[in-house]
Amino acid sequence: MVPHYPTKRSALVPTLLYAQDEVGYLSDEVIAELASRLDLTELEVRNVISYYSMLTTKPRGKFNVQVCTNISCMVRGGEEILHHCATKLGVGHKQTTADGMFTLEEVECIGACSWAPAAQVNYDFHENLTAEKMDRILDDYKKKATQ
Amino acid sequence: MASLVSHPDEVKVVSKRFGQGATDIDRYLELDGYKAVQKALAMEPDAIINEVKNSGLRGRGGAGFSTGMKWSFVPKQSAKPKYVLCNGDESEPGTCKDRLIFEHDPHAVIEGVMIGALAVGAKSGYIYIRGEYRYLSIIMQKAIRDAYAKGFVGKNIFGSGRDLDIYWHGGAGAYEVGEESALMESLEGKRGIPRIRPPFPAVVGLWGGPTVINNAETLANVPHIILGGSDWFAKLGTPKNGGTRLFCLSGNIAKPGVYELPMGYNLKKMIYEVGGGIPHGRKLKAVVPGGSSCPCLTADEIDVAMDFDSVAKAGSMLGSGGVVIVDDQQCIVKFALRTMKFYKHESCGWCIPCREGTDWLEKTLTRFHRGGGMKKDIDNMQYLSENMLGRTFCPLGDAAAMPTIAFVKKFRKEFEDHLDGKACPYEKAGAMELVHA
Repeated sequence: MVPHYPTKRSALVPTLLYAQDEVGYLSDEVIAELASRLDLTELEVRNVISYYSMLTTKPRGKFNVQVCTNISCMVRGGEEILHHCATKLGVGHKQTTADGMFTLEEVECIGACSWAPAAQVNYDFHENLTAEKMDRILDDYKKKATQ
Repeated sequence: MASLVSHPDEVKVVSKRFGQGATDIDRYLELDGYKAVQKALAMEPDAIINEVKNSGLRGRGGAGFSTGMKWSFVPKQSAKPKYVLCNGDESEPGTCKDRLIFEHDPHAVIEGVMIGALAVGAKSGYIYIRGEYRYLSIIMQKAIRDAYAKGFVGKNIFGSGRDLDIYWHGGAGAYEVGEESALMESLEGKRGIPRIRPPFPAVVGLWGGPTVINNAETLANVPHIILGGSDWFAKLGTPKNGGTRLFCLSGNIAKPGVYELPMGYNLKKMIYEVGGGIPHGRKLKAVVPGGSSCPCLTADEIDVAMDFDSVAKAGSMLGSGGVVIVDDQQCIVKFALRTMKFYKHESCGWCIPCREGTDWLEKTLTRFHRGGGMKKDIDNMQYLSENMLGRTFCPLGDAAAMPTIAFVKKFRKEFEDHLDGKACPYEKAGAMELVHA
C-alpha cells in the first residue's frame, strides 16, 4: 500500500486494520513492527490506534458481535436485540464469552438504517433482525467455528 | 447484500444501474460505462466545470454546496500535485445511500473521480471508504483493478497522453472523519481531527496540495451530467437544486429503503405514499429529514419540498438525505439522548465547546430520561446548545446542538413529563441499562 501515497505514514490506518484482522488485535509486537516499517514512533502509532473505534489493543472473541442501537435501529428494536444477545451470551458491552467465541459490543450507526435493526459480526452485515433471527445467526457462527 | 426497493415515482439516475450487475466492468461498459470520462477528455477543464455548475448539482454529503463552484476554487497552476478525494466515510445516523452505490455501481464513483480530476488538473484520486464497509471496499478494490487492467486508469488513459491514478483507502471507524479536513488527516495516517480553515482544502489540502473533496453520491452523479447534459440534469430537480436524491427512509415506516426521487419531492408524500405510511395504526410524531444532525420536523411541518433551500426555509436541513421517521410510541427524550450519546462518543475532543457540550448534554438527558430532571435543565439544555452553535472548529458541534434545540423547543411538554422523578411514560423496563455500560 505504501507506494500509493506520497508519505509512508498514510498507509498506517488501513495497515493497522489488516494487521488486526490477521492477529486478532494490535499486540505490542504488531505496533512495534508497523512503527518501524512506516518510520514512526510506537507512540505515534498508539496515538492513532486510540482514536479509531475499530482498532483495539486488547484481544477479542473469535466473532465480534456489534449491535447497532442508534436512532434508526433503536426505534425498530435495536436495544432489544442487544439485550437478547447479552442474555443469550451472558456478557455485557465489550465483554467476551468464557469460551472466547463471542465479544458483544454496542456500536454507533453501521450504515444499515433502512434495513434496521442491524448488527455486524466481524465484517458480515445482518439486517432486519428479530430475536429468533439473531439466535440462528449466533448459532451458525458457533457451528462454523467448531466444525 | 442490502435489498432494493422501488416505487413508480422514482427517477433513476444514480440508481439506474443498481441490481444490473454493473460491478462487472464489461456489464458496466454495456450500460454506457466510461463513456462520460471519454467525453470529458475531449473537453476543456473549464467546460467540464461549467457543465457541472450549470447542472445545479449540490454536495450530497450534507452541506449542499455547489459542486461546480467547489471545483472552480482549485487554482489552475500549482507547484504541488492536486488531488481528488471521494468521501465514502458515510457514518451519519439515518444515512445508508453510499453503501448501495459502492455495492452496485462502484465504477460510477471511479468515473466521477476521474472527471473531477480532469476538471481540476489532478493526476491522482483517492476513494476513502469507511472501515466498517469492508465488503464494499473489496468490491471497490476489484473495480479499480479491473479499470487498470483495461487501461482506463493509469498511464495514458484512453490514449489521451494523460496519466491518472485511482487508489482505494480504508478507514477504521470514526464519524468525525466524514468532515473534509479530518478526512484528509485520516488519509495522511493521523487521528482524524479537523484542520483550522483557512486555508481551505481547494488551496491547501492533502499533503499540502490543492484538493477537491466530494461525497460519493455527488461524484456518482457527475458521469450522468456529462453524458446527459446539464440542462437535462437541472430540470430533474427544482431551480438551484439540480437532479435527484437518494433518500434513505428508515425508522417507523412501512416500507423502509433507499429511494431515488427528484429534488423537491414532497416529504409528506414521501412518507405516506413512497414509504407506505406509519405501520401498526400509529401516528407520526417527528421526522428527522436529513440525518441525525438535522433539526426534527413535527407531524404538522412535513408538507415541505425536499430540496436544500425549502428544507432550510422550514427550519431544518436536507443534509445527507437520511429521513428518519418516529412514531407516537417513541419517547423524544430518549431519542434526543441516543442522538447525543452518538455525538458525545464521536466528538474528537479537540475543541472545548464540542467536547464539554456534548458531554453535559448527554449527562443531562440521561438524568432526565431516568426521571431525575429538573425544570431549569430544559432551559439549560437549550442555552448550552445555542452556545455551542458556530463556536467549534468543525460542524460536529453544530450537528449535536441543532437537533437538541429543536427537540427541546418542539417537544417541551414531553421533557416536562419526565420531571421530578416521574418515570418515562414510554419506557419498557430496563431498556436503557446496557447502553455503553
